[in-house]
Amino acid sequence: MTAPGPIHPDELGAGRRLRRAIDRTLGRSLHVRHLDAGSCNGCDWEIAALLNPYHDLQRLGIDVVASPRHADLLLVTGTMTRNLEDAARRTYEAMPEPRLVVAVGACAIAGGVFAGSYAGRDGIGEVLPVDVLVPGCPPRPEALIHGLLVAVGRMAPWRGSEGGRAGHPGRPGEAGRPGEAPPAEDASGPGDGVPGR
Amino acid sequence: MAERTPTIDAIDHVPADALGPRLAGELATGARFVMLVGLDERSVGGDGLAVEAVAARPDGSLARLRAAVPLDAASYPSVTPLVPAAHWDEREARDLLGIVPVGHPDPRRLVLHERWPRGYHPLRKDVPAGVRPPEGERRFVPFEVHGEGVYQLPVGPIHAGVIEPGHFRFSAMGERVLHLDARLFFVHRGLEKLAEGRALGAAAPLVERACGVCGVTHGLAYAQAVEMLTGTGVPPRARWARVLLAELERLYNHVGDLGNICAGIGFTSGVSRLGWLKERLLRANDALTGHRYLAGIVVPGGLAFELDPAGLAALPSTLEAVGPELAAAVRAVVRSEGVMSRLHGTGVVPAETAAALGALGVSARATGLRVDLRHDAPYAAYDELEVGVVTAAAGDVAARFHVRAQEAQASLRLLAEVLGRMPAGPVTVPLATVPEPGASALGAAEGPRGASWLWLRAGDGGTIDRLRLRSASFANWPVVAAAVPGNLVPDFPLINKSFELCYACTDR
Ligand code: SF4
Repeated sequence: MTAPGPIHPDELGAGRRLRRAIDRTLGRSLHVRHLDAGSCNGCDWEIAALLNPYHDLQRLGIDVVASPRHADLLLVTGTMTRNLEDAARRTYEAMPEPRLVVAVGACAIAGGVFAGSYAGRDGIGEVLPVDVLVPGCPPRPEALIHGLLVAVGRMAPWRGSEGGRAGHPGRPGEAGRPGEAPPAEDASGPGDGVPGR
Repeated sequence: MAERTPTIDAIDHVPADALGPRLAGELATGARFVMLVGLDERSVGGDGLAVEAVAARPDGSLARLRAAVPLDAASYPSVTPLVPAAHWDEREARDLLGIVPVGHPDPRRLVLHERWPRGYHPLRKDVPAGVRPPEGERRFVPFEVHGEGVYQLPVGPIHAGVIEPGHFRFSAMGERVLHLDARLFFVHRGLEKLAEGRALGAAAPLVERACGVCGVTHGLAYAQAVEMLTGTGVPPRARWARVLLAELERLYNHVGDLGNICAGIGFTSGVSRLGWLKERLLRANDALTGHRYLAGIVVPGGLAFELDPAGLAALPSTLEAVGPELAAAVRAVVRSEGVMSRLHGTGVVPAETAAALGALGVSARATGLRVDLRHDAPYAAYDELEVGVVTAAAGDVAARFHVRAQEAQASLRLLAEVLGRMPAGPVTVPLATVPEPGASALGAAEGPRGASWLWLRAGDGGTIDRLRLRSASFANWPVVAAAVPGNLVPDFPLINKSFELCYACTDR
C-alpha cells in the first residue's frame, strides 16, 4: 500500500477554496478555538488530527489558538453538559466580535448518543448561537475542513463601518444571542455533510 | 479453540460493617480491587439500596461482596480507609445513588458539581430518565494547602490546547507543587442511566462512546459481560478479530501518546513523526472497519460485520512499514539528552503508591507492577497468544515512555501473528438465552490505559437494569495527583501527558 501523501485536503480542493475564503474575509488569518462542551473525546481527537503533518491546518492560514480572546471561531464538541455550561458560556463571551460557532459532531448538533440524558443539553444550540453544523461521529478531518470553509464563506467581509455580520444572507440569527437554536433547515440539510448552505 | 463456558462468580452477601474488612482481607491475600458499585435493588425485587465491592483473585475468580443498605438511612461504613483504591467509587455512588460512605476521608461531591440540586440522585430507580432537574446553587470548595509562601494556582476547566476539560488546583511554594487537587467530571454525560431499560445487547453504541479512543476496550468489556450473562459463546473468527481490533486500538493510542509526551516538552520533531504514524494507523483502521477509531464493530455475540477484505489485505504492509519508522522515531527521542533529562526523575510514582491506589495499565507497569488482563485473565483469543507483559521500575515519565514504546512494538508482533492465524468462519452468533431479572456479571478488557471493567445487571425481559463502567482512567487519576507533588508546576503538562488519561472515560 502506498502511503497517502501529506497534501490530502488539497486533493479534494477544499483546502484551496478555504484558503481563498480566508484571504477574502480575514486577510489570511483565521483563529480557531476548540471548546469541549461534554464530548466523548472522539471529535476532539479529530480536531487534533487537523494539526498533524497530514492535514497541517496551519498551512491553510488557520491556527488553533490558546485563548478565546484571540479566536474568530469556536469549534464546539459535545452535548453541553450541565457541569460545563458556565465555562462554555464564559468562553464564548470572551471572544471578540464577529465570532462564529461551529457545532462539531452528532453530540454538539443534537446530543448524539447522549440525547435525552439528565446530565446536559441535547446539543450546544440550546446555549450558544450556532452558525454551522458538521455532522459525524466523529466527523472526519476532511469534513471539519469543509465545515470551516462553510463558516468562513458565510462570514461577511470585515470592512470597518460596515462591520459585523448583520443582514448577511443565510444567517440563522444575530450574533451573540445565546440560547437560540439553529433553525430547522440547518438541522435537516441535504446529505452533503454541511447543512444550511 | 474450544469455546469456554464462562461461569458467573457467586455473590457473597455480607453485613455492611463487614464490607471493608472482608474486601481488605481479599486484597491481603493477593486479590486486586476491581470496583465498588452502588445499586438500587427496588427494580429487581428488593426494597432498598446496596453496594457491591469486587476484587479479582489471582486464580481468575472474582470476590463479589454485596452489602444491603436501607433506603431510609442510606449509609454504610466507608471502605476507603482500608482500601484507598475505592476512594472515587464511593464518592460516585454517593452522588449518583445517595449512598453515604460514613468515615470517607473526602466527603466532597465528585460527579455532580455545584449546579445540581441537593438530594438529586439520578441512578435511583424512582428518578425518571431524561428529566433534567432544576438548577442548584452550591459552592465549590477546593482542597488547598495554606501557609506562609504558599500560593494557589487554579487551571481550567478550559485549557489552552485541544484537550479535555478538568480543573486543577495547585498549591505551590515557589515553583514546587505541594498538593494537586484534580476536579473532573465536567464531561459527565449520564451514560449509565441512558443504558438502563435498553435491550441487554443493544448498548454497544453508547458504551463505546464512553470514550472516543478506548471504544474497542469498553465495547469488549460490555460484550463479554453480556455474553457471560446470556451464556453465549463467540465464534473463533470473532475472538481473533477482537484481538486484532484491540491491538490496533492500543497501537494507535500508544503511538499518539508517545507523540504527546514529546509535545509536553516541546520536542516538535517527535510530535510530527509520531503524529504522522498515528494518522497512518487511523487510516488503516478506517480501511478495515469504516471508522477511524474502530467504533461500531464490537457487539455482544461477536462482530457487527466482517472486516473489510481490502482493508485486511492492506494491513500487513502498513504495519510492516510502521514498525521501523516507530522504532526510529523513538530512537530519536531516547538519543536526545535534552529530552531525556526532562523525562528522567519527573512525576515519580513509587510502586507502593501505585498498588495502594489501584493503578492500572501503563501507569502501574511503569512502576514495576505486573498487571495486564491479557496475561492475567485472558479473554477473546489471548489465551492462545503469548503476551509479554512489559514493565519498568522507575515509575517516572521516562519509564512510562519506555513501557509504551515497547508495548507498541509488542502489539505489532501480536498483530502480525493474529493476521497469520485468524480462522475463517462466521463472526457473530445470536445471544443464547435471556437471563433472569437480577442476574449480574462483569466483563473486562485491557485497553491502552489499562483494564476497563463493566458491571452489568439484567432487568425484566432481557433489558439492562444497571450498568457501570469503570475505566482505567478512572482508576489512574488519583495516581496522577500523587505523582505531581514535589515537581515543578511547568512540568505538570508533561507528567499529565505521560499518563495520558481520558477525562471522557472517567466522567461518562
Ligand atoms: S459526536 Fe460522536 S465522536 Fe463526537 S463527541 Fe459525540 S459521541 Fe463522541
